[in-house]
This record gives sequence, structure tokens and C-alpha cells, in this order.
Amino acid sequence: MSYLELLKLVSPEAIVALTALVVLAIGLTNSRWMSALCPAVAALGLVIAVGAVLLLPRSATLFGGMLVITPLTSLFKIICIALAFFTVSLAASEKSSRNRGEYLAMLLLATIGLMLLVGSEELLVIFIGLELLGLSLYVLAAFDKSDIRSAEAGLKYFLFGSTASAFTLFGISFIYGMTSTTGLAAISQKLITGSIQPLLAVGIVMTLIGFAFKIAAAPFHLWAPDAYQGAPVPSAAFIASGSKVASFVVLGKIVLVGFGPVRGSAAWHAMVAGWSPVLAVLAALSILVGNLVALAQTNVRRLLAYSAVAHAGYTLLGLVAGGRDGFSATLFYTTIYAFTLVGAFGVVAIVRRETGGDDFQNFAGLASRSPVLAGCMSIFMLSLAGLPPLAGFFGKFYLFSAALRADPNHGLLWLVALALFGSLISLYYYLIVLKVIFVDRSVGDVPFVRVDLLQKVTISVVAALVLFFGVAPTTLVAQIIASLS
Amino acid sequence: MIAWTIYITFGGAAVLLFLPRVFSRRIALLTTIAGFAIALAALFRNDVDLAHFTTIVRVPWVPTLGMNYQLAVDGISLTMVLVTGIAAVSTVLFSWDVDLRQNEFFFWLLLVVGGSYGVFLSADLFLLFVFYELVIFPKYFLIAIWGSTNKEYGAMKLTLYSFFGGALVFIGILVVYVTTGSLDLNQLAQFQFNPQLQSWAFPVLFVGFAVLAGIWPLHTWAPTGHVAAPTAGSMLLAGIVMKLGAYGGLRVAMNLFPQGFQMWSKWIAVLAVIGIVYAAAVALRQRDLKFVIGYSSVSHMGFVLLGLATANALGVSGAVLQMFSHGVIAALLFAIAGRMVYRRTHTRDLDELSILGLGRALPFAAFAFVVASTASMGIPGFSGFAAEITILLGAWKTFPVAVWITGAGMVLVAAFTLRALKQSFFGDTQPVDSSNASSRFEPITTAEKLGASLLMFATLAVGLYPKFLLDRIIPAVQNLRFLQP
Repeated sequence: MSYLELLKLVSPEAIVALTALVVLAIGLTNSRWMSALCPAVAALGLVIAVGAVLLLPRSATLFGGMLVITPLTSLFKIICIALAFFTVSLAASEKSSRNRGEYLAMLLLATIGLMLLVGSEELLVIFIGLELLGLSLYVLAAFDKSDIRSAEAGLKYFLFGSTASAFTLFGISFIYGMTSTTGLAAISQKLITGSIQPLLAVGIVMTLIGFAFKIAAAPFHLWAPDAYQGAPVPSAAFIASGSKVASFVVLGKIVLVGFGPVRGSAAWHAMVAGWSPVLAVLAALSILVGNLVALAQTNVRRLLAYSAVAHAGYTLLGLVAGGRDGFSATLFYTTIYAFTLVGAFGVVAIVRRETGGDDFQNFAGLASRSPVLAGCMSIFMLSLAGLPPLAGFFGKFYLFSAALRADPNHGLLWLVALALFGSLISLYYYLIVLKVIFVDRSVGDVPFVRVDLLQKVTISVVAALVLFFGVAPTTLVAQIIASLS
Repeated sequence: MIAWTIYITFGGAAVLLFLPRVFSRRIALLTTIAGFAIALAALFRNDVDLAHFTTIVRVPWVPTLGMNYQLAVDGISLTMVLVTGIAAVSTVLFSWDVDLRQNEFFFWLLLVVGGSYGVFLSADLFLLFVFYELVIFPKYFLIAIWGSTNKEYGAMKLTLYSFFGGALVFIGILVVYVTTGSLDLNQLAQFQFNPQLQSWAFPVLFVGFAVLAGIWPLHTWAPTGHVAAPTAGSMLLAGIVMKLGAYGGLRVAMNLFPQGFQMWSKWIAVLAVIGIVYAAAVALRQRDLKFVIGYSSVSHMGFVLLGLATANALGVSGAVLQMFSHGVIAALLFAIAGRMVYRRTHTRDLDELSILGLGRALPFAAFAFVVASTASMGIPGFSGFAAEITILLGAWKTFPVAVWITGAGMVLVAAFTLRALKQSFFGDTQPVDSSNASSRFEPITTAEKLGASLLMFATLAVGLYPKFLLDRIIPAVQNLRFLQP
């Protein structure tokens, strides 16, 4: 294969990398006018990258699965780039614009990490993607040097993250030892005959731990509240959205493709050892812990963090169910969730800029101060709570029906009932947020919220997307299902 | 044609958000009148076969998952749409004095109305559930923002109860969908579910719906919710929303799981009878006028459930007629208690009201309350009598004992209604200066008179000529498959 051909197939990644370097260079010029240009350049680069993804061939495999191009990877590269795009436009109107070039460059590097994760079916490249993503996100989380909470967020995220990476790498080495290959398809070929030996079980569990950390599933979620609360808002938004989507895509590929033969079963009274009971336990724990702890929160970002734990639990249901149905439900749900959270963090960013905090009291009376923001926030919260006609509702319906259908005797009903019970709890705290916004009066004399046009448009577009995918889910579902077949 | 009730109402709600508030009342009134007019027109034009659940709109929605946007109508649906229209128009008329955040108020109000139209006309289970949930959360805002006594508690309790019911319904729908792969109510009504599934899926689905209908012992949200709600809120709740539960139980739970229904019908009858007697007894001891009416609602909805439990054409038709009748009467009672009395006297305490001499001060209100009370007690000539007698005739065939107990309950109903009537308007103590009693309170406005007249006319018209509605209800009921021969 010629070098030029290779470059053509990785052109989206290359374009984003190039943009990152350009943005970095512009940021170094140290002139205010130039640094104001950074977000525009970054956004332009991302748009071009989407174009490059669209120009890719329908499918290709390089180096035994190290880089693959399928409709699925292309779709999710676009989704990741879109999430990065929205994050860039959130970052563009942040007040603290010091070192803007570096910030955006790190963001773009993280985006490359996402694209690598999505576009690989080989454990080593996946690990490289994880590390690239992780290292960039650690920096992004700790970026606000004037805020001690940001430093705390960065440190916690880094310590937990690097430990989890170590587990994953260790797990991968076990699996390599058992199967003497790192390609997912080849691993599944090797696993098809054997039973689950202790060594393999250790390998699988350890690999899963790393991903459970990334998706913030309980009990590996402890970093999330501090990272979500302390990190600069756009960083938190990206950690909560892009990182999660890519992790779910790759986790799905690893368990469904790589570990496919050792799935086991999580059905009630009929559990069979394998990865699916492990994921089922993670899901159940996440739903319980996330929802119950979220009840006690009084800070919107912490609340979003614990609800993120719960949502990770719901999303795992699709993988537990397995099959094409379950995987596409997981992909739909995580995508919708990511967009919703980017929007919600956008609202948080504005409120924080205007009132200096993101506790409940800072949101009090938002409806009278900025009806548009309040309206958008209610769309995000109600979608997270799973209310129709918003996308979150359809996502839940799809997930739960896939989970129920997976077993002929409704074996996963226990998990579905638990998840529904969890959403009932979650409704309470989402309603409390809306109560604060719509019912309570603002504390003291707070002026109208000034929202610049860019942020208003970004948030409204995201809210419109959430509504649109709820009313016409088929636009996205059909894409995902088509890309899986 | 009748599908336009949904579109016009949601269209009106959307328009409200973008126009200045001076127009909001008029737009809301026009919207609801249009919905009512369409329902009325459909009743007189016999171009649709009302004996069967006739599909009027069918558009693929999510083809890959078998969801359709499908609307259908039969005599039962049409009756419910009609009562929704009547209640909606009068609710807007009785909300003419709302000053606080008018746009939002009427926006939420129209969402409730539009969602209810949607539920009554849906022929696709998924669509039905979307509308069903869409009705629930606007009530939270209606009560929490514009309500009175203990509003945030009442609103949250009501919402959580509703969503608890919603979660049960969701499980039921998922099970139906996963078992059959279809969501089309007409197709599902032909499907033979296995009896073992029916025996547990029926109670889950039915209880889920019945929570909203105020089934004992899950009724406690209703009185507190009614008391906390603004006038419009209680009118919508009692007039429309409680009917959604009963309608769902009839259209979905009973019609899909006939054998499950047979197994459980006597337990439903037991709960219904307990509800009738218990709520009436509790109402006898209440001092707050709205609590009295709130419990009377629970009692009257007990009749609906009893009618459904009879499983014969007479009883079920009576239940549908009672839904209509109670919708009109309860809306009228709440309108008088909330708007005509409470807004003027700022008290609902029966002892305090009894010394105000309201009978002289507000003659129109007194007249309307007398009409509403007599209708509520089930005096011949009003719709309540026609409905309850039909239900009891039906129940006589299936549960003779229940009729005896219910008969005793009706005495209690008469007792608390007369007590409330006497104490509120015709107190023993005449005011000191009865000469200028009328000038102490703002006179009854035209809007109130119009609204009250509409409701009084509806109950009287149906009471004098119930055949008009029964001719449309009975054939539709006879085509439901759970009926015992």
C-alpha cells in the first residue's frame, strides 16, 4: 500500500491534527486579534474533517484491523466531530480566553483520540486512542489555572484515569497471552472453542474496568462528580459527551465482536458466566448509585455527574442485551445523551459566567431572566428524564425493548424494571432543577442574562436536535441500523 | 377531520410562545373552541364508523421498529374527545383572570389538552404513551407555579404518582411490544396472548393506568393535587386527566388481555367499591371545600372502575358515560370552589364560608353550585344519574353485592354534598349587614357565567337525553372483545 493511499484513508484524522497545529501556532502569536481567530479556525478544520469523512470509501481495512472504515465508524466519526464542534463554540465565548490556542489544540487532539477509538478494531490502537484521549482530557480538565477546583478535577481525573488505563493494559496483555493476537476478529476466532478459563476471566474483567472508568459506571465513577464540577465548563462538556460516545462505541465493539463467544447470560435465575453478567451488575449498580446520590445534590454540575452515572447504567443495558438490536439501541442512546449534555453544559456555562456559580441558587428564577435558556434547559432535563416527545424517551424505549427482547422469557425484566424505577427517581431531581428555574424567584437583584448570539444559536440548535430526534427518531435510527448491517 | 383537534391545540400552544401576552387568553380560547367545535361536528357527522375503532390517519413513523403515527376513532374515543373539548373551553374561561406569566400558563394548559386529545385518538401503543406522558409533566408546572395551598408538595406528589403509574404502563407496553412485535392497537386486539403472561401483565398495565384514574389505595395524589392546583389545574385534572387513566385501562389493558382481566376483575370491583365508600366517608369529614370535591372525584371515579369491572356492555357503557359526566360535573364544582368562591373570599374553609352568606352575595355562584351538587349526587335529569344507574344495572348482573354496598355509598355522597352545599352557600348565620352583602365581593364575570353555563348545559343535556351519547358508545363497547356474553 502506498503512503499516499494511507494518507487518504486517514485524511479526517490528519486534517484535525493539522488544524490542532495551526491553532496552536496562531495561539502562540500572542496577539489578541489572532487569538480571537482560533475558534473559527478550529471550527473550520472540524467542518473540513466532516467533509473528508464523507469522502472516505464505504469500507476498508488497514493492517489487520488497526484502522477500519465502515459506515459505522464514519457515522460515529461525524458524531464525534459534531460534538467537538459544539464544544468549540462553547469554548469560544468563555470569558477566560488566556491561552485559547493551547486549549483548542488540546481539544482537537482529544478529538483525534475519539476518532482513533471509533475507527479501530485492534486492541493496541484502541489503547493508544484511549491514552491520547485521556491525556488531552486531563490537561483540559486542569486548564483553568486560577481555579483550585480545576486543579483538583484534573488531578483526580488523572489519578483515576491512569490507574484504569493500567488495568486495561494489563487485561489486554492477558488476552494477548491467551489468544496471541490483538485483532478483535481474530480474538473472537480463538475464543470460540475454549471455555472461560480463570486467566481469561481476569483479562476480560480487567479490560472492562478501564472502560467502566471511561463511561463512569459505578463503582468506577468516583472521579466524575469532581471532574464535572471543577473542570472548565467546555472541558466538562466534552468529557461527558465525546469521551462517552467513543467509549461506548469501542466497548461495544470489544465485547460484541472480540469477546462475542464468551458472552454468558444475565437472565434472571439463568445466569451464565461471561462478560454480560459483569456488565449487568455494573449497570444495576450505576443505576442505583447514580440516581440515589443525585437526589442529594445541590449543584447542577454534580447532579449532572451523578445522573451521568445512572445514564451509563441505562446505556449498558443495550450491550447486556447484545446483538445488533442492543448495540444500535446503545449507540442511539449514547449519542442522544451526549448532545443533551453538551447543551445542558452550555446553559450551565452561561449561568456560571453571569452569576459566578452553578449551584441551584444561581439558577433560581432563570425563566424570568432568560426565557430561551430556561426553555432549552427544560428540554435537556426532560429529555434526560425520558419524557416524550424528546429524544431521551425514544432512546429509553428502544433500549428497554431491546433488553427485553434479548431473552425469550423476558429474562432481563429485572434489569429493565430496575432501570424504570431509576428513571422514576431521576424524574424527581430533574424536576427539582426545573422547579428552581421556573418556580423559584431569583435571589437578590440579578440582571437579565446576557447571552451572545453564538451561544444562543449553539444551545438552541442542540435543543432543536434533541426535540427533532425525539419526534423523528427514524432519521438517526435508520442510519445506525444501516451502518451495523 | 377529528385529528385536527390535536394539531390545532398544539399549534395554538406553539403560537402562544411567540406572541405578546395580551393575546394569550384569546388565542387559548379560540384554540379550545376550535377543538370543541371539531369534536361536536364529528359527533353529528356520521361519516366515520363509530362502532369500530376506525383508523383515520396512518403514517409510518419509525418503520424499522414498527411504529406508526396512527389515529383512530370510535364512539368511546369521540365521547372522551367531546368532554375534553367542553372542559378545555370552560377551563380557559375560568382562567380569564390569570395575570401571572399568562403565556406560559396557557401554553402548559394547551399541552395538557392537546395531549389528552392525542391519547383518546391514538391507535398505536407507542403514540398513545407519548401523548399520555406529555399530559403529565405540564401539570407539575401548572400547579407549582400558579397553585395555592402547599403547591410544591402537591405538584411533586401528583407528578411522581403519575409517573409511577406511567412506569408500570411502560413495562406493560414493552412486554406487549416484545411479545408481538406490533404496536397497532387494532392488530393487538386480535392477538392471543398466553394466559400465563396475561395473568401478570394485565394487573401491571391496568394498575399503571388506574393510578391516574384515582384507584383506591393509590388515590392520595388526587385530593392534595386538587387542593394545591389553580382552578384551571383542578378542572383539567378532574375533567380530563383522571379520564385518561380509565380510558387507558379500558382501551389497552382490558382489551389486550381479556383473560387476565377476567382473572382480576373482581379485585378491581372490590377496590372500586372501597374507593366509592371510603372517599365519600372521608369527604364527609373535610373542612376545605376543595378537599371535599377532591374526594368526591375519587368516589365518582370509583363508579367508573366498577363499571369497567362488570365486563358487560351495560356496565362498561355506563363507565364511559360516567367519565363524560364526571368530567363535566367535577370541572363545574372545581370552577365554583376555586374561581367563584376562593378568588373572592380567599378562604375555602367551610366554617368560615358559612358565615359569609354567599348565597345572597353571589346568587349565580349559588345557583351553579346547586345544579352541580344535584348533578353530583345523581339526581335524575342530570348526566350523573344516567351514568350511575347504567353502571349499577350492569353491576347487578355481575356483582350484586357490590350494588348494595355502593347504594350505601351513594347515601354518603348525598350527605357530604349536601353538607358542603349548605355550609358554603347557605350558612346558618346571616351576615350582619346583609343589605350590602352583594357589594362586598366582585360580581361574577361574564366569562365565568359563560363557562358555568356551558358545563351546566352539558350535564343537563346528557342527563335528559343520554341516548344521544349512548347510541354512539354502546355499539363501540359491544365490539370490544373482553365482554362476557
